[in-house]
Amino acid sequence: MPMFEQGGVSVEVDEEGYLVNLNDWTPEVATAFAATGDDKIEGGLTSEHWEIINFLRKYYEEYQIAPAVRVLTKAIGKKMGADKGNSKYLYSLFQYGPGKQACRYAGLPKPTGCI
Amino acid sequence: MSEEMMDDEEGVIKKFMYVNRKAPYGSIYALESLEVVLIGAAFDQDVSLAFIDDGVYQLMKGQRTSGIGMKDFSPTYRALEMYDVEKLYVDQDSLAARNLTADDLIVPVEVLSSAEMADLMEDQDVVLSF
Repeated sequence: MPMFEQGGVSVEVDEEGYLVNLNDWTPEVATAFAATGDDKIEGGLTSEHWEIINFLRKYYEEYQIAPAVRVLTKAIGKKMGADKGNSKYLYSLFQYGPGKQACRYAGLPKPTGCI
Repeated sequence: MSEEMMDDEEGVIKKFMYVNRKAPYGSIYALESLEVVLIGAAFDQDVSLAFIDDGVYQLMKGQRTSGIGMKDFSPTYRALEMYDVEKLYVDQDSLAARNLTADDLIVPVEVLSSAEMADLMEDQDVVLSF
């Protein structure tokens, strides 16, 4: 498995860039993932990004699954209201897909049912 | 894709039943079934899950898998509702044979007699067995 190395962070990732060992995750890993690669976030992660990343981590802890994007959208709408629980908002934060991109930053596996 | 399928009206909904008969960790069947259900949920079909024989163990509360080095995926059954998979049926005789009741399960289910389960299967368009 390849190593991801950036700014003092060194973690094992799979061929798509997802963490191999979910326990390796720290906030610094998310910051480092977001700072490099084709899908990097210009200007770095904002509090809006972190809100989604933290939500995903809690979701995974509770259900042991990375949610499909439509399920994530619905769950966020329930928790944070309709102005955030919609594709437009989530894609404005994570242009490469709130499922794939945000799950990767959150240290989760690629979403099940991501087709 | 066949011509016949192409000609079908959009949004034809079929009844899919996933039948789970095996204990959760001795083989890959239970986890594979769950993943197929989650992936298939994107297609807006009429989905139900049946738990029969050792398959009832998949839904048991209090699974602790650290000793066998596997992930406890039982919490994921609680996420099914969010995937609009809400019909979970459990065979009464299989529960009774293992000295279990619906209270021992991590999600709400409908307990059916074997005859009722057979009728339900008869009613499906597609039955997938794991």
